[in-house]
Amino acid sequence: MIAAILEWLRSSDTWSGDSGLGARIIEHLWYSLLAVALASLIAIPLGLWVGHTGRARWLVSVANSLRAVPTLGLLFAMALWLGPKIQSDLAFLIPSIIVLVILVIPPILSGVYAGVEAVDPATRDAARGMGMRGLEVVRQVEIPNALPLILSGLRSAFLQVIATATVAAYIGLGGLGRYLIDGIKTGDYVSTAGGAVVVSVLALLVDGLLALVQRAVVSPGLTVDSTRASRTRSRRRGMSAVDAEVASNGEPSRSEPVLPETNRRIPS
Amino acid sequence: MIRFDGVTKQYPGGTVAVDDLTFTAPTGKITVLVGPSGCGKTTSLRMINRMIEPTKGTISLDGQDTSRMNEADLRRGIGYVIQHAGLFPHRTVLDNVGTVPRLLGWDKKKIAERSRELLSRVGLAPELADRYPSQLSGGQQQRVGVARALAADPPVMLMDEPFSAVDPVVREQLQDAFLELQGELGKTIVFVTHDIDEAIKLGDQVAVLRVGGILAQISDPAYLLAHPVDDFVADFVGKDRGYRSLQFQPTPRLPLASERTVVVGETVDGIGAPWVLVVDDQHRPLGWVEPSRLSGAVAPEDLHRGGTVARASGSLRGALDAALSSPSRRGVIVDDSGELVGTVRAHQVLELIESADRPDEDLADSFAEAGSDGRREDSS
Repeated sequence: MIAAILEWLRSSDTWSGDSGLGARIIEHLWYSLLAVALASLIAIPLGLWVGHTGRARWLVSVANSLRAVPTLGLLFAMALWLGPKIQSDLAFLIPSIIVLVILVIPPILSGVYAGVEAVDPATRDAARGMGMRGLEVVRQVEIPNALPLILSGLRSAFLQVIATATVAAYIGLGGLGRYLIDGIKTGDYVSTAGGAVVVSVLALLVDGLLALVQRAVVSPGLTVDSTRASRTRSRRRGMSAVDAEVASNGEPSRSEPVLPETNRRIPS
Repeated sequence: MIRFDGVTKQYPGGTVAVDDLTFTAPTGKITVLVGPSGCGKTTSLRMINRMIEPTKGTISLDGQDTSRMNEADLRRGIGYVIQHAGLFPHRTVLDNVGTVPRLLGWDKKKIAERSRELLSRVGLAPELADRYPSQLSGGQQQRVGVARALAADPPVMLMDEPFSAVDPVVREQLQDAFLELQGELGKTIVFVTHDIDEAIKLGDQVAVLRVGGILAQISDPAYLLAHPVDDFVADFVGKDRGYRSLQFQPTPRLPLASERTVVVGETVDGIGAPWVLVVDDQHRPLGWVEPSRLSGAVAPEDLHRGGTVARASGSLRGALDAALSSPSRRGVIVDDSGELVGTVRAHQVLELIESADRPDEDLADSFAEAGSDGRREDSS
């Protein structure tokens, strides 16, 4: 079986053409990127606002409860409801993207909110004391300090959306889901398994890429000289656990177990 | 000049943090607010830059009511040194210092220049500029905090227990550096501390607050130690205030005795005295040795380093302490460059104290005329 999958992956027939693996990967990435971009447009400003003002925290809980919505069921409902109203190919794309956006809003929103919330109150107080206005506090202090958690929310969102974008194939769209669904339908289990492998590899690659981005954009001041940092920081009162974690190993704790959840969501 | 006029802060729920506070912090002077925890000293400080809004009363800066000013503009014009430094963890030392100039829209080159100048001003090595706060010691962080507050050259500085989180030795260094800096800059400073020794050392004027935010007494430190208005202030300024008040008496000409000295490596054989002072090659005192216990050359580990050293231009407190702490009972006195000028005995210092005048009403009155008009409004 493994040999057959490797053979399938090596075959030039698999890769070539408009419906070849190369084109499918690009489609898959396009759906994922579009969904994360749209979700970010909503979730990042919202998370910053909730974190900055401390108002409407219930929004984060509501968003988290969206995680319970079954993706596949929502997709069919959307396709049945929106499909007839839209002419052209968008009839498939729009419902799929909406579902994926709803899927990734929670991790992004939680990451941004938790990141801003975890900024040391003393740091925020200093920002105001220096004469920063509201938006200056957000831009110059809260975002840079929240960046590790914001980016970990985005990474979690990408992992989920790449795994879940396969469902778009159910309603006739492209992407790597084609291999899973078509393979199962026609009993071609080699291409089913091959598609699943490609999805996993893609998810890991994107996550690795974002890890590099994270290393490049997060201020070294939040990670450098970790032992010293955690020692001086833990002396301060009011430090949150997330803070300690960021300070001590530079990697924020994920608030959720990412992989088990994404696995559950791959329809099979 | 900062003027508090009947300022009260009452929190919802009825707790009164500051009660009808009236006083003036004169231009170019250090006014220290001191008191036990819960006395509203930090609250009072933070009402000046409107981090906390007063419930009643007005605070004015050079005659202008601060409540009519734009909050952010007001704060950019006031240097603020925060307890535990409160530096931005994501910014380098240099960028931390340049915070306010950046908000004011200075150009980048000027900000960098000014920030570097300030780092050296507060005694930080230039190579620290690119470090992050988490890589600095507590004392270094506090210095950065002071540099950040000074960056835009504000006429007024607020300092909230800036030296409380560091060990006593570093604290003393920071205090001395701060006084030296203030000697050059002459800012109008309001300084909060819970440490009466710090208040007395740094303050041109000291305001003692009692729990509930009531002003107990405000005056110059010498007068405060000599004439506490009531038991609370007397208790708060402490039991050894008589000794502490000596630091306000400049040393008259001390009856110095010349001292026989040796340098490290020299032999003390044949010296009959029980204690001999060891100096370095520039005649700066290092410590005492007991010739009867030594044979041959004096080694650094033979030195008794317990005694303090007083400057001839310092206070009587320093001279007395040098005599009391010296193993030979002879207090070591140096000039301003650290060179030995002689020794003095405790009884000689005490004689000088006996013959000197106590700080008295005349002194206090002359201070009151100099601008501390709040002193009498407080007592009962």
